[in-house]
Amino acid sequence: MKLLKSLLMHLLAVVWLLIAGYPYLYMIATSLKSQENFFRNPTSLISTYTYSNYKLVVDLGIFRYFFNSLVISIISVVLIVLLASMVSYCLARIRFRLNRPLYFLFIAGMMIPVHTTLIPVYILTREIGLYDQLWALLGPYIAFSLPVSVIILTQFAREIPVELEEAAIMDGAGRTRQFASVVFPLLTPAVATVSIYNFIHIWNEFVFALVLITTRERMTLPLGLREFYGEFSVNVPGIMAALTLGTLPLLLAYFISQEKVVRGIAAGAVKG
Amino acid sequence: MTGDASRIRRQNRLSKGLFLCFFIGPALLVYAVYNIYPIFATFFYSLYEWTGIENTRTFVGFENYARLIRDNIFHRSLGNNILLVFASVLTQIPLGLALALLLQSRIKGMRLFRTVYFLPFLMSTVAIAILWMFIYNPTFGVLNRALADIGLASLQRSWLGEPSTAMWAVIATICWQFTPFYMILLRAGLAGIPEELLEAARIDGCTPWKSFTRITLPLLVPTLVTACVLSTIGSLKYFDLIYVMTEGGPDSATELMATYMYKQAFRQFSMGFASAVSTCMFILAFIVAATILSLDRYRARGGN
Repeated sequence: MKLLKSLLMHLLAVVWLLIAGYPYLYMIATSLKSQENFFRNPTSLISTYTYSNYKLVVDLGIFRYFFNSLVISIISVVLIVLLASMVSYCLARIRFRLNRPLYFLFIAGMMIPVHTTLIPVYILTREIGLYDQLWALLGPYIAFSLPVSVIILTQFAREIPVELEEAAIMDGAGRTRQFASVVFPLLTPAVATVSIYNFIHIWNEFVFALVLITTRERMTLPLGLREFYGEFSVNVPGIMAALTLGTLPLLLAYFISQEKVVRGIAAGAVKG
Repeated sequence: MTGDASRIRRQNRLSKGLFLCFFIGPALLVYAVYNIYPIFATFFYSLYEWTGIENTRTFVGFENYARLIRDNIFHRSLGNNILLVFASVLTQIPLGLALALLLQSRIKGMRLFRTVYFLPFLMSTVAIAILWMFIYNPTFGVLNRALADIGLASLQRSWLGEPSTAMWAVIATICWQFTPFYMILLRAGLAGIPEELLEAARIDGCTPWKSFTRITLPLLVPTLVTACVLSTIGSLKYFDLIYVMTEGGPDSATELMATYMYKQAFRQFSMGFASAVSTCMFILAFIVAATILSLDRYRARGGN
């Protein structure tokens, strides 16, 4: 009985290992094949290797998409962290009449299906003249990251002992000063979580980019991958090279700091 | 003297108000413009007949909703969304729980398992969609090749090309993508269960199965509820993967409310009708989330 159970467990473990891992192996192995090699033997994992697909994808400008994604992701995350921790400081520390209602307003945002806002955001973006610019994505990305970020940071800020700020008040520090030099530095662990969570989501975001950007030079990586797919059609190794390159940054981050990335993603499941 | 005190108090209150405006204002502004206003705007647009390009729009009242109720493709997409909700909740969460439990047990090579299990969630949805289109490809796809290799060539088909299999093929891919997320979520929930409780049960002679159903599962309910809410809302608004893989086809076999809404808005330029679809999505997600959460609150109160 015990043997059977352990056998069953190992079986499940190995089966899921294959299911989760095989598509990755397939993607990487295919990206290293030549086209004729691929069509002769499309499923083999080990064959002769060539880096020409990567060279082709780089020549066709995949780094432009990388650059765009990197710029919008970093700027969005920095602004989200700044805005959300300012709000969280007020919600956690200052008593005012709208404190609870504001907190609930932000929590409620977690229930909104993103696509409900798609049409008005598209119209609004065109009206304010940001349509088809990378910056058009900034507003939606910040707005949709705020609920999770505010909840995580507020809960964390409530745990910080008040004594430290009281000491700062004794030294004559105003509220802004208390926030900037006492509370914000202590928020660092939560800030790390929030940054990782939002970075992953914004790096992979698709639908707003699809609606708000049409010019190739301004596309983010997910849109760019789709362009490659449309153009390459039968050049499967080429597409796989693009996919591999596109996945590489998060993969590297994951291998460098597995625990942090996992914690960052689990943090998205907060409940008010 | 008292005048001074009240002046100082008033000044304090003023400076607190200014501080709050300065600290909360910017975030609230962005949130209001891109999150709150659009919900009302969507409903407002849904009462018009409008291309979204020209400035002229005609007020039609609830005509778009009436059209929605008669619309066969909308029925189809609503059905697919409901199918997706059940498929997601019933496969991703149990499978995620099984994997989370697996990661707790002592298996050789645990580090490898833990690392690989999570990989699917790191790939962007667009990349996953493109990758799986090649796995499902009828001529050189891995799936058909594998079926041939194990002697089941009769099962070979164009997985995404046939209406009878397309939705299931897409659902399988979605499960591949999201199961790791629920694994992580439930593993965090499992880590929150005090070791002493399970230890005490073991000493009292509880079988592992009994301690799972009597201790682990009840204590895991809050996490499971969160998982259900996330999975349900996620499935109701699902878009990316299906849009890239099938665009809702073949023959609207994989059409979802979100893909239908997108195509109506940005291909047919029927913004009013698309807004009505969008409003329906919002109301459905809201009702479902509110129902699950209030059921959970009811359960929590009954437990006390």
